[in-house]
Amino acid sequence: MHYFKRAAVAITLITAALTGALVASTSSAQGSSGDATIKEIEKYRQALGDGNPAELWEARGEDIWKQKRGPNKVSLEQCDIGLGPGKIKGAYAVLPKYFADSDKVEDLESRLVTCMVMLQGYRYDDAKKNPFGSPERKSDIEALVAYVTTAARGMKMNVRGDHPKEKEAYEIGKAMFFHRGGPHDFGCVTCHGADNQRIRLQDLPNLTKKEPAQRAYTSWPAYRVSQGELRSFQWRLFDCFRQQRFPELEFTSQGSIALTTYLARNANGGVLTAPSIKR
Amino acid sequence: MRKINFVLPLVAALATASAFCQAADGAKPTSAEIVMKASFKDRGQAKVDRLNQDETQRLCSQYPLKRPASVAKNIEALNMKLITYPADGKMLGDWKEGEKIAQSGVGKQFSDDPARPAGGNCYACHQLSKQEISFGNIGPSLYNFGKLRGNSEAIQKYTYGKIYNAEAYAACSSMPRFGHNAILTEEQIKHVTALLLDPNSPINQ
Repeated sequence: MHYFKRAAVAITLITAALTGALVASTSSAQGSSGDATIKEIEKYRQALGDGNPAELWEARGEDIWKQKRGPNKVSLEQCDIGLGPGKIKGAYAVLPKYFADSDKVEDLESRLVTCMVMLQGYRYDDAKKNPFGSPERKSDIEALVAYVTTAARGMKMNVRGDHPKEKEAYEIGKAMFFHRGGPHDFGCVTCHGADNQRIRLQDLPNLTKKEPAQRAYTSWPAYRVSQGELRSFQWRLFDCFRQQRFPELEFTSQGSIALTTYLARNANGGVLTAPSIKR
Repeated sequence: MRKINFVLPLVAALATASAFCQAADGAKPTSAEIVMKASFKDRGQAKVDRLNQDETQRLCSQYPLKRPASVAKNIEALNMKLITYPADGKMLGDWKEGEKIAQSGVGKQFSDDPARPAGGNCYACHQLSKQEISFGNIGPSLYNFGKLRGNSEAIQKYTYGKIYNAEAYAACSSMPRFGHNAILTEEQIKHVTALLLDPNSPINQ
């Protein structure tokens, strides 16, 4: 109860703060407008870090993780996220990686689905049927993502990438990053290939450069104030491709994991701040 | 046919990748293209065939950040041939309509209603009028575009052509080819051209 109250207060404060910051910068900005907004948002992010509503997802994720669920009536506590069965502390920092049991390179979301299938006995399609939640229909995956990523907060990204399939995933992800297509000729690189670019007032990290690539990757997953939801990295890619005018990126598809592998490995050494708060 | 071990399990992917195999230049798809094609699905107006690349997209993906001058020249030349100017010879529409088009980011996403006219979303990347302070910076500022260049026939033709197909003037530009890819209609491009060139447009104040 305490949890929910605190987060609800935080949501109200954040919304008010962001609105205030935007209004403030809009009335004063010219030319390099946006700097003030970003500074203000950064300030409130820090001030409210303790009350990040992502905690609600984390708490729910912990429950789901520990509950006996699925046809096999077992919990996910023996799920191997990357550091061995049941070890979740810091596991997110080594993903995506190759798993021998599935013979695939997996990111966090696909690994959760794999554990739901292998351990709990869910059908594959059932395990991944609600990847992105809404207020009416919360996603178990997003809650689990919050739980596992919170357990890696403060740790350094450390994706090894020396297995042949990991190397292959990296190269495929790289090709996807630079692949321009669709009616607008866009690729990831269009928005994320140069320094200090903005769409309207939204800053765009240069993902071809180490420092901004680290900062961007390590801030996901994130609680999105504008949506009132915690969003996973799979969602981040899904919605980027929507705006890129591409077709729908399939949840946990091989391509989505390959692109994540490329971005995660480029973020190696960056300290995980996720789950963070974003506009 | 490198990385055959990787390709084999992807029977379904191979089937859907046949479009890649029939690329104009007869090139075999790379494993990345096969994986990519298998990783997306049709949704609304955005079909998987949007991943197929024309020559310009292919070359700009191959040389994403810089490219040999000869490649850039080829891209510009092939796109210059693809520009269709208005049959009536008139390049200028109504700048007020142009401003609406410049503001609107609707269009071509799978979440958009294809029945609604698309916008140009110019402010996403460019400064235009001084009144709009929420603008991006991927493209250069277009404030005073017409005031600085005048309104001659040559400038009108250049401006219309640049909106119609930016690749004809700057290879691998980030700017969409609004006319060539039918994002905007001829009439809409005329309106945006007027927004840039009309002396009464807020851009030229």
